[in-house]
Amino acid sequence: VDERGKSVIRFRIIKRKPLPGWAKIVIPIAAILATLVLAAIPILLAGGHLWKSYYYLFHGALGTRYNLLETFVKASPLLLTGLAVAFAFRAKFWNIGAEGQLLAGALAATVLGVHLGSISPVLVLPTIIIGGFLAGGLWASIPALLKTKLKVDDVVSTLLLNYVMIHIMGALLFGPLQQPGSSWPRSSAIIEAAQYPILMPRSRFHMGIIISFVAMLIIWFINKKTTFGYQAKAVGTNIRAAHFGGINTTSVILWTALVSGGLAGLAGVGELCALQYRLIMDISPGYGYSGIVIAMLGNLHPAGVLFSSLFFSVIIVGAQTMSRMTGVPTYIAEVIQGMALMVMLIFLLFTEYKLKVQRK
Amino acid sequence: MTAEFLDLAFISGLMGATMRMATPIIFAALGEILTERAGVLNLGIEGIMLMGAMTGFLFTFSTDSIWLGVFAAACVGMLLGFLMALLSVNLGLSQHVSGLGITLFATGLAMFIYRLHFGSPTVPPVIQPFKQVALPVLSKIPVIGPGLFTQYTLTYVAWLLVPALSILLYRTTIGLKIRTVGENPVVADTVGVNVTLTRTLCLVAGGALMGIGGAFLTLAHQNMFLIDVIGGRGWVAIAMVIFGNWNPLKATIGALIFGFLDGLQLRLQSVGVVLSFHLFLMIPYLLTIIALIGVSRRAAVPAGLLKPYRREERGG
Repeated sequence: VDERGKSVIRFRIIKRKPLPGWAKIVIPIAAILATLVLAAIPILLAGGHLWKSYYYLFHGALGTRYNLLETFVKASPLLLTGLAVAFAFRAKFWNIGAEGQLLAGALAATVLGVHLGSISPVLVLPTIIIGGFLAGGLWASIPALLKTKLKVDDVVSTLLLNYVMIHIMGALLFGPLQQPGSSWPRSSAIIEAAQYPILMPRSRFHMGIIISFVAMLIIWFINKKTTFGYQAKAVGTNIRAAHFGGINTTSVILWTALVSGGLAGLAGVGELCALQYRLIMDISPGYGYSGIVIAMLGNLHPAGVLFSSLFFSVIIVGAQTMSRMTGVPTYIAEVIQGMALMVMLIFLLFTEYKLKVQRK
Repeated sequence: MTAEFLDLAFISGLMGATMRMATPIIFAALGEILTERAGVLNLGIEGIMLMGAMTGFLFTFSTDSIWLGVFAAACVGMLLGFLMALLSVNLGLSQHVSGLGITLFATGLAMFIYRLHFGSPTVPPVIQPFKQVALPVLSKIPVIGPGLFTQYTLTYVAWLLVPALSILLYRTTIGLKIRTVGENPVVADTVGVNVTLTRTLCLVAGGALMGIGGAFLTLAHQNMFLIDVIGGRGWVAIAMVIFGNWNPLKATIGALIFGFLDGLQLRLQSVGVVLSFHLFLMIPYLLTIIALIGVSRRAAVPAGLLKPYRREERGG
């Protein structure tokens, strides 16, 4: 009771004891459930019938064989950009530039995919995959170099480089890469040998999905079992301590950027070689930015990233059906993504801290 | 004779365009300076600007009052600034991630609400935008007058806000409190400044400026809302804050350079110079990065930036 005679309740945030291991699995699931509950607000505002909307959301993503496989198609770039961001964030390299790195990968795949007709068809895809990986990785190494050598803030430089890459792509698509005779900003089609094989009949389930799953396992292995994984973690936890502990932090950040950008580049290769077959301006509907949410929701862990990329692809694919059936705009998927990130952040906070109510 | 006249008209027009294109960046950069001076990096800026642009347009479209649109954009900016404060100040979450969360959320929301209200028409709906106001006397100055002093009211407001924010930050007690909170929250707390409240208010006020900056693009620069209307200007504003060493005046100079390039690009297009349009659009971003390289090593970052403040964890 304060001087004015009113009872004062204060909330304080204090550190709690570490939660048991199961919390790491339960909390993301709880965050997803909470997000789905919160999503009711925009759905209702849009005049959608609540249960029908949720039904079509999930039916649209999982209900039929084709839709289920489509969900995997959508999950593949999300998994790769999610891994890209998670791998970078783990070493506290703030790579917000996965979008630009994805485009760099797609761009490299286009150049190679259009012109590689003269080499043995068996070599075409490996060349494109390596080329796309390197293009994304090298593009990401620019902000890493700027950060380590010149102390330029990586958040800002990676963000700005996204726009630089969009305009490089635009200039090329209106210039040297433009399909001859076309007035649209689009490239020629890639040769057939450059296309990712479709693995399941009557679907778009392609080789890139396998690549993204393998990438997930490789990143998991690097994080868990290699010296580099340990060093990256050390740099991310405390860069000074890592430096004094004898780790070459500059080289760790550079390699982290290369792998991170490379993963995002692979996402671009997949979109190009499995779905579009030619470069267009809107080859990515913001997968690079979604990767940030996915990485956070997955708690920067490869398995978590897999889980959250699947969740998001359900939302994105399902939102199409929901929109068609109930009139709720498809942008609901973006709204849910933003909500999910914030809910997850708050939930993660309460794994470390608890809210204490004090009366005085 | 004709060529000379064209040149003068071109220069005058370019100066006008520079001022116009710098306006949204100035608003946003001032808002960001306010929040960063209090110790919070607000990466929600891009999303807040987009929500401001959309809300301003929506309100002007529905009420036919353009100032109500500006007001609504400011209010939405304040709400999102408050949300940012809840996450990053009250809960002490990572400023990087909460800001990006706000941007993603606000971007989705802006497109969602726009689509909900207008559907997907083939021709985008338009409003009657702001008209440019010629200042008496000043606009009559030869060569520079017509360009510099025939502007939108919001541009003049932006110019008045630059010295206003400088005075607030460097010449008033409130400014001293804000800067102390940003430099050393522990000291601020010890001398009785409410760190949480100060940061929250700065985020709210900064959000209002960002919202108005976004609204300028849909209510003055253009007369319609397009999804890519902000096009990274929020990030440019953040870069300008670093470029300007967290000083309103210097950041404004950066914004003018950006505005000049943006304006030059538009001018050259309108005169029909066939230069690769995309290569030109890239220049402002590249120059911003180069400028960052130049200033980063001597940057005077507010010492409390990025660090959440929890009284219970105060060192000691």
